[in-house]
Amino acid sequence: MKQSTLAALTLTCLAGLMVGICGPGPTEAGAKPVSYKLPNETATFKPGPNLEVVQSNCTACHSVDYVQTQPRGPKFKEDFWRAEVTKMIKVYGAPIDEADVGKIVDYLAQTY
Amino acid sequence: MIDRRSLIKHSGAAIAALGAGMTSPSLRAFAATAALPFENGERPLVKYPQKRPMIGLTSRPPQLETPFSVFNANVITPNDAFFVRYHLADIPLNIDPDTFSVEIKGKVDKPMKISLAEIKKMPAIDIVAVNQCSGNSRGFFNPRVAGGQLGNGAMGNARWKGVPLKAILDKAGIQRDAHQVTFNGMDGPVTDKTPDFVKALDIDHARDGEVMLAYSMNGADLPVLNGFPLRLVVPGHFGTYWVKHLNEITVIDNVFDGFWMKTAYRIPDNDCNCVEPGTAPKATIPINRFKVRSFITSAADGAKLKAGAQITLKGIAFDGGKGIKDVAVSTDGGKTWAQASLGKDLGKYSFREWQMLVRLAAGAHELKVRATSNGGETQPMEPLWNGAGYLRNVVETVRVTAA
Repeated sequence: MKQSTLAALTLTCLAGLMVGICGPGPTEAGAKPVSYKLPNETATFKPGPNLEVVQSNCTACHSVDYVQTQPRGPKFKEDFWRAEVTKMIKVYGAPIDEADVGKIVDYLAQTY
Repeated sequence: MIDRRSLIKHSGAAIAALGAGMTSPSLRAFAATAALPFENGERPLVKYPQKRPMIGLTSRPPQLETPFSVFNANVITPNDAFFVRYHLADIPLNIDPDTFSVEIKGKVDKPMKISLAEIKKMPAIDIVAVNQCSGNSRGFFNPRVAGGQLGNGAMGNARWKGVPLKAILDKAGIQRDAHQVTFNGMDGPVTDKTPDFVKALDIDHARDGEVMLAYSMNGADLPVLNGFPLRLVVPGHFGTYWVKHLNEITVIDNVFDGFWMKTAYRIPDNDCNCVEPGTAPKATIPINRFKVRSFITSAADGAKLKAGAQITLKGIAFDGGKGIKDVAVSTDGGKTWAQASLGKDLGKYSFREWQMLVRLAAGAHELKVRATSNGGETQPMEPLWNGAGYLRNVVETVRVTAA
């Protein structure tokens, strides 16, 4: 459930942003609003066929390292990646066009 | 979703306001990497706010693994080294503890919202308990399986302080036909089509007095990435139930059929909760308690030790809540075993330290460790397999050379 009262960043938090966080100290006493700054994503897709299709579909919901860290080898090619893409659509509701599925599977199977 | 978008805009503006040339230390990439001992196990060491450099599995949403040396240095895992696991990428990055509250609804006499301040005024309990990801050690599965490819660092042991869930449920008054309680946190999916992360416990479990709404971890606020300002703590049970940023508790009169209970986090419904590698189970049940595990922490695989010298081997053991009865260690690949001495008992849900003095002759040695719980459960010599890569608890082997 989303909290409707998410605190907007305030000027007093800007200094805190420089170390990535403003708000609670190391004790339980602090009750100031907390703003948390995630580091930038660094993982990127390797060049390959249909890269732009993969880029626009997969990274809408998750970072590239989700793909990069999966097992590799002959058993983790087309069938494996087709099952993963199907799971993203059927289970997680990813809005991927039917026409793009084959392109994404090709890229993943050929590149990873 | 609107909240999320406006947040991104806000933070973008804030970063721009910092001015060119000012770089947050937390944004600086760490050059260091870690190599988990399985194929494709290279990982970056990443630095997040409130965390020391951690093994980075994914960045959106963040998943961080504890470097294994931390478990040798501390029986209590420091907050800044505690593992992080999220499922869905819309995680709360702006949290105001002054306005934070938990809604209690469903089959209760008095639906209510309880503020964090009110919760902190209630009688507190504390408990030392291990939290472990269901897929901890998944990268070691053979054959390999899809999912987060974790080493052994998706676990940690902390002293949690908070109020028993029972006290909260009693305030609201559970109705007679209550069957389960569901838990939802502030984190959510980036599209409405993705099932929100909601978990459920049976009503008796929810009211056992140990399941807790924790606001403190090792004497400090929870780190943001570990569920600030309030998370569910379910001692002895896998981390999937430990809902972070907990702000919605619903009592229901049936068995919850949400995706994260009905379809995900299921294990084979048989004695070993395992199947022949590569096959599917006939029936499944929701994952529940930890299986007993133990680790050698003082010597890493491939370590070189001094031959003939007295060496202290040490490590940790834990189980799903009976407590550790004994720990046996072998220095000859499992042919002979000797009892280790156990460290201080911090409670039945905690890591239990063990140690043993050994002398190794020159040459290669396979060190093994096997724990037995007070319930008589012990670890298998050969790994058990399931398609989701959960519950790994094989007797661990560390190969060392003495010279």
